[in-house]
Amino acid sequence: MVSHVDSALDATDRRLIAAIQGGLPLVAEPYREIGDAIGMPEQDVIARISALRDRGVIKRMGVVVRHHELGYHANAMVVWDVPDDKVQPLGECIGNYEFVTLCYRRRRYLPEWPYNLYCMIHGSDRNAVLDHVAQLVDECRLAATPHEVLFSRRRFKQNGARYLRG
Amino acid sequence: MAAVLQPQPKESATVDFTALERRLLDEFQQEFPLSPRPFAEMAERLGVSEAEVVETLKSLKERGALSRVGPVFRPKRVGASTLAAMAVPPEYLEEVAGLVSALPEVNHNYEREHRFNLWFVVTAEDAAHLEAVLDGIAEETGIPVLPLPMEEDFHIDLGFRLKW
Repeated sequence: MVSHVDSALDATDRRLIAAIQGGLPLVAEPYREIGDAIGMPEQDVIARISALRDRGVIKRMGVVVRHHELGYHANAMVVWDVPDDKVQPLGECIGNYEFVTLCYRRRRYLPEWPYNLYCMIHGSDRNAVLDHVAQLVDECRLAATPHEVLFSRRRFKQNGARYLRG
Repeated sequence: MAAVLQPQPKESATVDFTALERRLLDEFQQEFPLSPRPFAEMAERLGVSEAEVVETLKSLKERGALSRVGPVFRPKRVGASTLAAMAVPPEYLEEVAGLVSALPEVNHNYEREHRFNLWFVVTAEDAAHLEAVLDGIAEETGIPVLPLPMEEDFHIDLGFRLKW
């Protein structure tokens, strides 16, 4: 669950985030190299990253894979129009499956776009993804919930987020 | 205009990666060491040398399987971001996608099978800049942009368990 309290990032945090958001350098001492680049002792780099992780600003730290290149060729965004008072339990149900890589509530955009709950599903092919959707419908009791499955076609761009100018 | 990445031919992940590569991709999505020699710690666990870990990660990155070794930020905790959608007439899709991809604030940009066929994520240092980017796209293309900001996150991102 997201706490919407954005515990303040200070200027040093922001400088550090700008330096690591694209990934750590693949060298023996990556934290030292980052520290050298932004004028921060290595132990401070490690301590600040650790604190950002503890505070939940960093969800996880580690290897970030690209699904398509790993054989997960089908990728669908599944969108659901869920009653507002049911979003939480349904979001938690969907978000628990290991084939779900993201599960978010988003703002509706009426009348064009009524959907407020989104999840991303990766599978080896379309049928695998559709089987996963059927499992969600069944096990999270979503049979009466309008939904659409938007398979991806072309990927025009995929980068890590750049929140801050480095 | 940004290069368009075409869907790639189907291939078996199992065949294309060595046992070491598979372990590197699968086992370090979450517990990456926060210590001065993180790759040495990984190497010890894997029974290989530190240099081999670093070189193998570099190779995976060059081949596109590895996006990066680094942080995944919780949305809305750093700067401002939103998902956005557009219903682009198919004959203009490539052109509009190129224009959108070329913006440094756009990180993901996909074609999806729907009337709303272009989906992208915009991140910026604050809400005003974010809005300016979306307005700019709508103005330049003459096509409305639906902002669909995230309001709640229900997924605890522990990475993605790969099925080899």
